[in-house]
Order: sequence, then C-alpha cells, then structure tokens
Amino acid sequence: MMTKLTALALASTCLFTLPASAYLELEKDELTFGFIKLTDMAPLAVAYEQGYFEDEGLFVTLEAQANWKVLLDGVIGGQLDGAHMLAGQPLAATIGYGTEAHIITPFSMDLNGNGITVSNEIWEQMKPNIPTMEDGRPQHPISAAALAPVVEDYKDQGIPFNMGMVFPVSTHNYELRYWLAAGGLEPGYYSPDDVSGQIGADVFLSVTPPPQMPATMEAGTIFGYCVGEPWNQQAVFKGIGVPVITDYQLWKNNPEKVFGINAAFAEENPNTTLAVTKALIRAAMWLDENDNANREEAVEILSRSEYVGADYDVIANSMTGTFEFEKGDVREIPDFNVFFRYNATYPFYSDAIWYLTQMRRWGQIAEPQTDEWFIETAKEVYKPAIYLEAARLLVDEGLADEADFPWDSDGFKAPTPSEDIIDGIAYDGRAPNAYLDSLPIGLKGQQIVVGSEIQG
Amino acid sequence: MTAIDPDTLSREERRARLFTRINKADGWFQVLGLAWMTPVLKALAGDNPKAQLKDIWQLLGVPLLAIGLFLIAWGALAPKVQTSLGAVPGPAEVWEQVGNLHADAVREGEKEEAFYARQDTRNAKFIADGQPERVKERAYTGKPTYYDQIGTSIVTVFFGFLIASVVAIPLGIAAGLSKTANAALNPLIQIFKPVSPLAWLPIVTMIVSAVYATNDGLFSKSFLISAITVTLCSLWPTLINTALGVASIDKDLVSVSRVLKMGTWTKITKLVLPSALPLIFTGLRLSLGVGWMVLIAAEMLAQNPGLGKFVWDEFQNGSSQSLAKIMVAVFTIGIIGFLLDRVMFALQSMFTFSNNR
Repeated sequence: MMTKLTALALASTCLFTLPASAYLELEKDELTFGFIKLTDMAPLAVAYEQGYFEDEGLFVTLEAQANWKVLLDGVIGGQLDGAHMLAGQPLAATIGYGTEAHIITPFSMDLNGNGITVSNEIWEQMKPNIPTMEDGRPQHPISAAALAPVVEDYKDQGIPFNMGMVFPVSTHNYELRYWLAAGGLEPGYYSPDDVSGQIGADVFLSVTPPPQMPATMEAGTIFGYCVGEPWNQQAVFKGIGVPVITDYQLWKNNPEKVFGINAAFAEENPNTTLAVTKALIRAAMWLDENDNANREEAVEILSRSEYVGADYDVIANSMTGTFEFEKGDVREIPDFNVFFRYNATYPFYSDAIWYLTQMRRWGQIAEPQTDEWFIETAKEVYKPAIYLEAARLLVDEGLADEADFPWDSDGFKAPTPSEDIIDGIAYDGRAPNAYLDSLPIGLKGQQIVVGSEIQG
Repeated sequence: MTAIDPDTLSREERRARLFTRINKADGWFQVLGLAWMTPVLKALAGDNPKAQLKDIWQLLGVPLLAIGLFLIAWGALAPKVQTSLGAVPGPAEVWEQVGNLHADAVREGEKEEAFYARQDTRNAKFIADGQPERVKERAYTGKPTYYDQIGTSIVTVFFGFLIASVVAIPLGIAAGLSKTANAALNPLIQIFKPVSPLAWLPIVTMIVSAVYATNDGLFSKSFLISAITVTLCSLWPTLINTALGVASIDKDLVSVSRVLKMGTWTKITKLVLPSALPLIFTGLRLSLGVGWMVLIAAEMLAQNPGLGKFVWDEFQNGSSQSLAKIMVAVFTIGIIGFLLDRVMFALQSMFTFSNNR
C-alpha cells in the first residue's frame, strides 16, 4: 500500500512521462494468459502487439486454449496467470457451480459480439414464418417464434432438435435460452442431480467449442448454435448456415467477456494486477479510438495464425461494423463489437447480477436467493476499485482522458429500458428477484426443480 | 605384349580399389536409404553401364516415377473436392504454404530481435539513470515458429522414448531370463499394450499435475505429460522384443555359461545382450515409430506445444490456408518419422554383427 501511495504521489508530481513501469514495483513480470480463438480476445492481442504490456514492464505469453474448460482449469491450477473468460465463469467458480475457486475480474473486455446461427435447412423452414420488409428481406430482429413450428415439426418426427452453445455458464448459453424463451420455446432446466440442462426442453442445448461449431453443424450433429465471432460469419462464408440474430438485437449493449484472474494471484500481486489492467484499458481505448479507426489494423493482427487465425475478410465483417445474415444481406451494426465506448471495460455489478439471475432462472442456482445475496456475490467477483485505480494512473500519466471513466458510479448501470431488449422486459440490476418474477419462462420466487418437475 | 604395362596394372589395381570402396560404402548407403548411389557410382567408375542402369532404374527411377505419378494424381483430383474451407489444396498450394511458414518463422525471428533490442535500450537507460537494480533480462514471449514446433516434438519424443527404453529393456531381460518374471509381466503387457494414448492422456495429465506441482521446475508440465504419454505407449514393442530375444538365446551358449560358472551380471553383459541385441533394436525401432505417432495425437488433444498443436490450431483457425498448412505438417510428420526410423536402423547396424537385419 505504501509503495502505491508513494507511487501515486510521485506520478502526480512528475513533469515528464516515463514508462509506467517506472512507478509500479511488479511482484511478477513474466505472465502467461490464456485465450480462446474469438475476436473479442482483441484487447489481449493489441496490448501485446502495441507494446502496452511491455510499457508496464510485463513480459506476457499469450496461449490459445482448446476450450473453456481447459482455460478455466488453467487459471485455477496456476498454469495461466489470467485469461479471457466468459463472464459467467468467475461467477460460477466463485459460487461453486462446477469447479469451485475464487476468481475475480478487474476488467470487462467488451460488449455484444455474438450471434445465433441456424443451418441452411432450418433457415429454409423458418423463413415462411418471418415477416418481410418492403424490399423482400426478412424483418429484424427475428423472434424464436419463427423457429417454434420447425421445432414442433421435428418433435412430431421424433427427431430431437439440438443446438450448440459453448459452455454451461457462457453468455451464449444464456442468450440462446433468452431468445428461445422469448419466442415461447422451453430451453430446459438444470437441477443439482441433472446438469445436462435439458429437463423439460423443447430444444436440446449441448456444449461445442467455438471453433468447431461450423464443422459440427455441417456434420448434422446440431441444427444451430450461439457463438461469438468469427464463427457466425464463417458459416455464411462457408455457405453452411445463416445467422438469424445478433446479441445486439437481442439485448442492446449487453456485457460479454471479462478478464479473469485468481483472487489469490491478485492478492499476492496487487501491482502486477494493476499493471495488467492498465495495459488492457489502453488496448481497449486503441480499439475504439477515432470512431474505430484502428479496427482494420486490429483485424490484421487477429487474423494471424497465433491469435484467431481466420481469414481477414471473415473477421473484418463484424469488427468493422457490418454483419452479413443471409448471403448478400449485409446490414450495418456499428456497435457489433464495442471495446471501450459506453464504459464497456468497467466491471459493473449489474452485469454480474444479470448473469446470476440467468443461472437462477435456469436452475444452475438451485435454491432461491435474496437480492442481497446477488449483490454480495457480484461484489466478491467484480472489482471496479482495481479498474479505477488503474484508470487513475493512466489519467495521471496523460495516457487516458478523465472524462472516459465513471469515477462516481456505485457499480450499477441505469436500468436497461424495455425497448432495448427483444421481449420488452426491462432489467434493473438492483432488483434481481423482481426481474426474475417478470420473465415468463424460468424459475421464480421459491421454485425449485425436483426430478423433472418444477415445484413451489 | 609380353611385359605387363605398369600403367595398366596400376589402373587395374586402382579400379579394384575403387570398387572395393564403393562396395564398402554400399553398406552405408543401404542404411541411409541411398541405395541408388551404388549403381550410380559404379556406372561413373565405368562398370558395365547397362547392368548398372537397370539397378538405377529399379532403385531410383521407379520411386521417383511413383512420386511423380502421385503428385500428378493429387494435383488433378484435389480441386475436385470442395470442402467448407475451399477446395482441397494441391501440391502447388502446399508448396506455397511451405514458403509462407518459412517467411513466418523469419518474421518472428525479426520480431524477437526487435524485442531484445528494445530490452537492451531499456536496460541501458536504467543504467544511465543510475538504477542498475531495475535491469531485467527476459526471454522473448512470441509465438513458437514452425521450426520451434518441430524441435519441441522431436525433443519430446526422444525423452519419452528414452524413459520407455530405460524401463522396458531391464524388464524385458528379466522376463526373458526367468519364467516367473515372464508369467508375472505377461498379463500386464497384454492388458496395457492395446490402450490408446488418448485414454492415457487424461490420467497422465491428472497425475503429473498432482505430483509435479512446481511450475518452475526443470521441465514444463506439458512437456512431461506428452513425454510420459509417449512412454506408456512406446514401452511395449521394446519390452516384448527384448523378452523374446533374451528367451531365444542359443542353448549351447547357456550351457557354456554354466560350465564357466558365470555370475548373472557377467552372463547378461557378455552373453545375453550381444545375442539379443538385434531383436532389442527391432523393438526400439518399433517403439520409436509408435512413440512418434502417439506424440502427435497427445499434443493435439492436450494442446501441448509441438506439431500436434500446430495441426489442431490450424484446424481451429479455419482460414483458407489452413488445409494446406495442415498438409505441410502431415508431410513433415511423415518425413521426420522416416528419418527417425533410419537413425535407429543406422544405430542397429553399428551395434550388431548379425546379417538378419
């Protein structure tokens, strides 16, 4: 603490800017971070390639991981010092759903960035149920109600309707469930003795690693999936599927990935944690500055084989603000990937609480919980204090703008208005239980799943 | 012509000497897989070109023709198969990726140099500012190049193979010498031999993670996991062949050892090993081949550094160049496997004096 205070005093009195590492006494400077091949790992690649990590005196190795489970185990086991994570992962680990470990996040990585894609065959069957615009193109956003008759059809033929998502506590799982439920389809429940998440389901969801999504759909194992970019656009390019909705249309500016580190690591290495956060904030600023002017350069970095490795054009599609649905149906979605605007990098408690409500909604959190519990849990995992401290150092060094950070926030975003969410149900992070009660499908109040029944 | 022309004689002698040399070298050419060199040299030395040409055709012409035909067939058929990553690459595209991978490696080398240059500048500045305690020498953390991956895989396979040999040869000798040991080992060998590396991998991963808890030890965990998986799968051919070689020693030799009242150790070193060596080497050759195959699978599944990870990463990248890069890796794996086999063969012919290779 003393070192930090003196560092701050020093920093503010210095008239010339040295590299930031001149002030932070790093406890550990050789770090390994894991990531999954998705465009939203961009802040890590940019911080490395632009030398932001080096500016902080950090020597970072970035390692692509096979899947989310391996990545999480790496962070828990200490092979990885930190990782690009699904927002649900630190929360689930901390409350002991799956592997129990206390993981925190000082930095939220981005907003939006996912899509739901179905195979060509399913798209052909859905299309008649979708209202069209004057130019004959489908009207957006497309509701899962258009999919419901198709699912019914498959049910009658005795074929289970399978869809893929990337991990049980992934944003994609919750988004896909949200979309299905908003269209009146049951995505299935979890219970303590049945973690398949398929209790009472109309649509059966299962886990597939993101890069294998297109191949798995091509093989006919799944009829559609919810995944981050570039794997939706890849399906269009390969001509094997059609994205039906992006998560931006599902819920405007929803939180996506976080940067997760072990709580013990943050405790033992406070300055290292700060330095990493600083480098990541600078990378996020670079990605969004001057109205996305650097995006093309970022796409070039991401298309290298050691990062995402997909073709430049595939990654560029969404990163530069457009999104292709059917072949040739390209629409403008300027905010498809947000890395810094709208305080995207600030770890809001309300974001964490939304994930926790979805865990409760589908039975991953089996027992009813009080509003206080939701808020407390969010505070255990999301650490805006570290974020603001790093931001303050950057402002003092003249590397960031004072106005870009929510200094006085209490950690809660203003409630999301109903018009920003596909089913018109507003979300207020301060009242999680009231929010759960307002959702048509899902567990509410005192309900619990017993066997294959909802009781209470 | 009564007197013999000294020139002719010396020429004859020289020729004879030359051919003796060529025939001597032939043994080595055989080992190195360059058998076609012998007739070429003989033809150059002027020995019955017609007969030599036939040999050259057999040993060099036919293989080259076969490779040529394979390339033509591949080049013609590949574009006809459309995958979701574009058409299957032909020889030309694959060759292009060889160039690309090399260029990547060169670029990475430049980045590495730039990194060290920056580090030196920083350190020089610290010294100039009178802060020598802040000087840091850190290794470059960029991505491993294709050559690095090849190196990693080869080192891993040899390490695993070494452990396997150290375990398998003594056990094999014990099983060959004693009926009891053989009866004890036999069921274990029969049960574990058919197990796939992919089944061992999770078990090995868990055990290594539990036992080898330090992260800053001599070896990295991933290296140990890959190597031990290789060990578990490549152990068996050596073990079985050693036991067989030891068990089938000439009975007369065993009688001799009894007459001479040899101790066990002397018996093993003077008698058992020399006569079992050809079979032991056969086992080692098989083991190394199996080990190499297993390693690629293990690296793929566990995402451990090496060629296997390269293949998997490229598959996951799903770019338009991915398939061609994977094919480059396939050829690399094949060629290295062949070279490893040749190395073992060369060792074997250095250590054994029997003709039954």
